[in-house]
Amino acid sequence: MQKLTKDDVHPKIVQALLGTNVHITIDDALENEMILNMGPQHPATHGVLRLLLRLDGETVIACVPELGYLHRGYEKMAENMSYLEFIPHTDRLDYISPPANNVAYALAVEKLAGITAPPRAQYIRMLLAELARMCSHLVAIGALAMDVGALTVFLWGLREREKILDFFDVICGARFTTSYTRIGGVASDVTSDTMKNIISFIDQFEEKFDEMERLLNGNRIFIERLEGVGVINKEDAIDLGFTGPNIRASGVEFDLRRATPYLFYNEMDFNIPVYTEGDCLARYFVRADELRESAKIVRQVIDKIPNGEVMLNSPKKVLPRKTEIYTKMEELIHDFMIVNFGINPPVGEVYHAVENPKGVLGFYIVSKGEGHPWKMKIRSPSFANIQAIPHLVKGQMISDVVAIVGSIDPIMGEADK
Amino acid sequence: MGLESKLINDGFFTTTVDAMAAWARESSVWPMPMGISCCAIEMMASGDPKYDISRFGSEVMRFTPRQCDLMIVAGTVTYKMAHVVKKIFDQMPEPKWVIAMGACTSTGGMYRSYNVVQGIDQFLPVDIYAAGCPPRPENLLNALMQIQDKIGKTRVKDFPDPPHTSIDEKQGELSLSKN
Amino acid sequence: MKELLKDKLTGQFTTVQFEFIEQFDELTLKFDKSAIVNVCAFLKDEDGLKFNFCEDVTAIDWATRKNRFTVVYHIFSMENKFRLCLKVDVDESECSVESVSSIWKAANWAEREAYDMYGIIFLNHPDLRRMYMPEEFEYHPLRKEYPLMGIPGAIPLPKK
Repeated sequence: MQKLTKDDVHPKIVQALLGTNVHITIDDALENEMILNMGPQHPATHGVLRLLLRLDGETVIACVPELGYLHRGYEKMAENMSYLEFIPHTDRLDYISPPANNVAYALAVEKLAGITAPPRAQYIRMLLAELARMCSHLVAIGALAMDVGALTVFLWGLREREKILDFFDVICGARFTTSYTRIGGVASDVTSDTMKNIISFIDQFEEKFDEMERLLNGNRIFIERLEGVGVINKEDAIDLGFTGPNIRASGVEFDLRRATPYLFYNEMDFNIPVYTEGDCLARYFVRADELRESAKIVRQVIDKIPNGEVMLNSPKKVLPRKTEIYTKMEELIHDFMIVNFGINPPVGEVYHAVENPKGVLGFYIVSKGEGHPWKMKIRSPSFANIQAIPHLVKGQMISDVVAIVGSIDPIMGEADK
Repeated sequence: MGLESKLINDGFFTTTVDAMAAWARESSVWPMPMGISCCAIEMMASGDPKYDISRFGSEVMRFTPRQCDLMIVAGTVTYKMAHVVKKIFDQMPEPKWVIAMGACTSTGGMYRSYNVVQGIDQFLPVDIYAAGCPPRPENLLNALMQIQDKIGKTRVKDFPDPPHTSIDEKQGELSLSKN
Repeated sequence: MKELLKDKLTGQFTTVQFEFIEQFDELTLKFDKSAIVNVCAFLKDEDGLKFNFCEDVTAIDWATRKNRFTVVYHIFSMENKFRLCLKVDVDESECSVESVSSIWKAANWAEREAYDMYGIIFLNHPDLRRMYMPEEFEYHPLRKEYPLMGIPGAIPLPKK
């Protein structure tokens, strides 16, 4: 039998693959690199992120993320609704930690309207934001572990998260999309019983989280899948707009809770965990440490929380209480005016950014003095974090892409807006 | 409970093939988790130890459409995503069912905007609409039970085999020539 | 910090007219769009300023104004923990501004987003395409004349 060479066989295979009516010419497709489409429906892309990967064998040479599969037009909708109406929409930005987004938005609008919520409301906001951070990091760690093959931690993480969601249920009336803040305060007070329950949750949480950590930190597969994978140095991390736990894993001590303190974070005693390796493992360690720090902040908040009102008394800007609306004329008129015409903040522009679980979440609001914003821009952390994926995956194996995407923890709700 | 209690007396029972097949179908609905946004998190929560979707035989979430018979569309479907959802739905083998989870998928919900499909029933045959934004896990389980009821009422002849087409006919000229 | 910024900028750029606006504890700097790249590079590299972190690039559509669009840059100095807002006006007839993505890589996608939403062309951008909307989409949704519910049929749906 005649010995066939590569040059004889390859054209035939390529011809069979392409069919007859395709106008592509490839010199030798079987020796070439290939393009792989990952997502938008892929269990490891955390939603609807689409990555186009150019591969040489298993090694990634280039990557192009494609967004927009969850573009819901928040910024356009914000221009067409009043400031209060937009609060439920902020829940669905970073949908793992809704109360943190509520707080960020309320602070931006309050800055624009020139009002400040009462101290008790601000403490409650801090409490909720930190509980939300714990939720987010539990899911992030669990999903990362699941992506690299450790399912148990994910289920244990969700178990702890459910306990926090039960508190949201009691405090806000909804377990998931809370819509809890109002302009000038929060919707309802937190009872002392709930606070006691939260403390007892924190007590058992630290023990439970130690258990989870032991499962991961002693797991050789987990460590070796993450160590030295997806390394980004300090300069590149800043340049690419990394924020949140991701930038702190690259050795930059940048946390807006310390850099530009808001609420009462400057009175809280907490550390900012910083790791210098910049790899996936460091990003996991930062999240694990932050969970403990958040638990610490929750304790301090409950310890220090003052008594008093949870809504500001400022009739033109803040919604009156429902019980008063039904019994008093003046409150009824104010309620009518605010609901129908909005709070009419002064003409101006404001940008306010806070440290969300994923990174810096900023709201840029342009007001023309009307009840609805003229323009609203949401600076979402996941959007900037995803931008770094091509840099991180270059030269890594295809299975590492899953670990890298899991470790930077993108949420497409806010990345696509 | 269930089968065992019937078998304890005589060791056999009579039924119809229809009832048997429907019972088998409804007790092992394998979902295709089409997780798009917020609802996907609640769908995950319904699989966690507290809500435990495996009580209903549906914990087998498969991310490949070929192994599924129920598509849970969880989250806002944008125009760009609609083509992807449709493509995945077309790849699922018959018989198949669809749950539209949440307000966004059912009607567009709170997203009255230029890029959100106002109800996925414009391009998918939806069986159950689960209310809520997002629905609580209990509500998703309720939707699943309703799908099970619906499947329980089906009969074998409702799902005839699709006309047989061989791979060679479909791909004809694409197959490797032998010379 | 504000004084230092004023001194340094007016000292370095004698031909550029700077307008400093202070509102809600925020400093905004307004100038002509031709100087944007030079000013940004100076702000990033100058000792004592070091605005090394580009948070956001966006645009405002004023609808009826003469210079219809304003491109807004939010930059942050991690060293000084100070945020600065830069603004340049862009007219609809020209609708273009130099890209700053060569200075901060983070501006790359933010500028693509602004292009997608407002149709502002960023010159010398390495990869200017739509960020969110499909490629064949003809409109720019955040412009004020585009309706909230979109134009029917602008993006096709799959057949049932």
